[in-house]
Amino acid sequence: MSRGADETYLPQGLPIPVAEADGLSAPYWQGLRQNRLLVQRCRSCGAWQFGPEWICHRCHALDPDWTKIEPHGQIFSWERVWHPSHAALRQHGPYLAVLVEIPHAGGVRMIGNLLGDPAQEVSIGAAVEGVFEHHLHPERPYSLLHWRLPSAR
Amino acid sequence: MSAKATADRTLRGRVAIVGIGETDYYRHGASPDPEFKLALKAILAACSDAGIDPRDIDGFASYSEERSEPSRLASALGTRRLRAATMQWGGGGGGCCAAVANAAASIVAGLADCVVVFRSLAQGQFGRFGQTTGIDTISGEKAYLMPYGVLAPPQRFAMRVRRYMHEHGVSQEALRAIALASYHHAQANPRAVMYGKPLDAAKYDASRWIAEPFHLYDCCMENDGAAALVLVPAERAKEFCNKPAYLLGAAVGSGYRAGAIPHNSPHYASAGFETVAADLYAMAGLGPSDVNVVQCYENFTGGVVMALAEHGFFAPEDANDYLAFDNLVAPSGRLPLNTSGGNLAECYMHGFELVLEAVRQVRGTSTSQARRNDVGMVIGGPMVTPVSNLLLGSEATL
Repeated sequence: MSRGADETYLPQGLPIPVAEADGLSAPYWQGLRQNRLLVQRCRSCGAWQFGPEWICHRCHALDPDWTKIEPHGQIFSWERVWHPSHAALRQHGPYLAVLVEIPHAGGVRMIGNLLGDPAQEVSIGAAVEGVFEHHLHPERPYSLLHWRLPSAR
Repeated sequence: MSAKATADRTLRGRVAIVGIGETDYYRHGASPDPEFKLALKAILAACSDAGIDPRDIDGFASYSEERSEPSRLASALGTRRLRAATMQWGGGGGGCCAAVANAAASIVAGLADCVVVFRSLAQGQFGRFGQTTGIDTISGEKAYLMPYGVLAPPQRFAMRVRRYMHEHGVSQEALRAIALASYHHAQANPRAVMYGKPLDAAKYDASRWIAEPFHLYDCCMENDGAAALVLVPAERAKEFCNKPAYLLGAAVGSGYRAGAIPHNSPHYASAGFETVAADLYAMAGLGPSDVNVVQCYENFTGGVVMALAEHGFFAPEDANDYLAFDNLVAPSGRLPLNTSGGNLAECYMHGFELVLEAVRQVRGTSTSQARRNDVGMVIGGPMVTPVSNLLLGSEATL
């Protein structure tokens, strides 16, 4: 599931994610642009890893592989943000950010927004599925991964 | 391979704080002085309090990307020579006790004899922590957070606190009690930015959300000012005019993969003191029941809940009972907490105001003096990594 720039969850103008100068996270950001969620998995010991690093934290093999995983998981924690900490968010109102745990990838976690009513009740442990959101920025197009409850489809 | 800390390898009883000083504390952006001048003023005040010539300082220690750097300070003050210049890595207030530990280690190792530990902040000059501006692109940890509106510290820590509250059944009222205690103590402290601005439960409950579960009053202020202390070898402590506050122990660090980004630390619902609290008590030869009064860094009240539990003052499941207002206030609460008003209500001097307050408690000169005051604890920067802590004591505790 993906959606385009005409319906982004948060207003335009927030910092645009780019890979580090050394390229560590480049496969992740490139993957999101193609509706693919990639995380690291060590080819030597099988350990899952996110965020990326140049080494496997378990067996110390260098350059862990990038592996495509299905974007679904469960809400590990959440917050409803009211205070705008960026000019782009003034006048916007509350929004939801969730920390999602992905059990089928070693329990790695990632942050996204929870789509739907920002006033909704949020339950830790609830199953969520990923939604790719593509930002068609003229110079720096990028994609984000949000989450939604299956019932909100 | 870990060597047990032997009698030789300790900071216990080896150094003493003999002077403390601070500038006036201001709202963010309200300082009439630039940041470096604030640092100088605080250092002069600390030297004056100790009765020491600032030219005798031979070391500086700080933390959290401090900008007032030691070579410029030494030149400005005309110190006879510079020997120790230590900077603790890591942002936030996680280093507010580590900076003291590094200074103490310099002295114990014979690298310096008179070290100033300090922090200076002028956010009008250099920008605020609570607003994200002037960033077009972002990479590294923040790239996984900022595009989703997880920008400023309250948003970075609210989820961690929410998870802790979920795992242990901690109530909003426990967070509230911490805010009320800080504001209560600030009403007795003329230095406090919130002096004359009391807080009660109704006002807390009615205050706006910043990021649930944080109300406005769960979040630290942002301020301008500077604070400093003077550290000397214990054997010289009695040359100076004040009652010395001896360092009984200090510890720095974090547990297994605490720094795994983004929000991937295995023990997520934690303030990060599992190993650091144990190290502190081991060095000091003390336990939680020996501690009379605590200054605990309130970036956010929820971090205080976690940090106090990790230092063994209560089990997480007992937080709601223990964290009641009456238990947390001087002079005779069970554990007087943040007796100057702390980051919430005295001044957000990145926690260094807490170290100064711990010295005042041991001296017996706090504006909210704890009835028992021989052993005071400072806890720095819960939920960041590395964190740090320290224990101070009177001569009777040596």
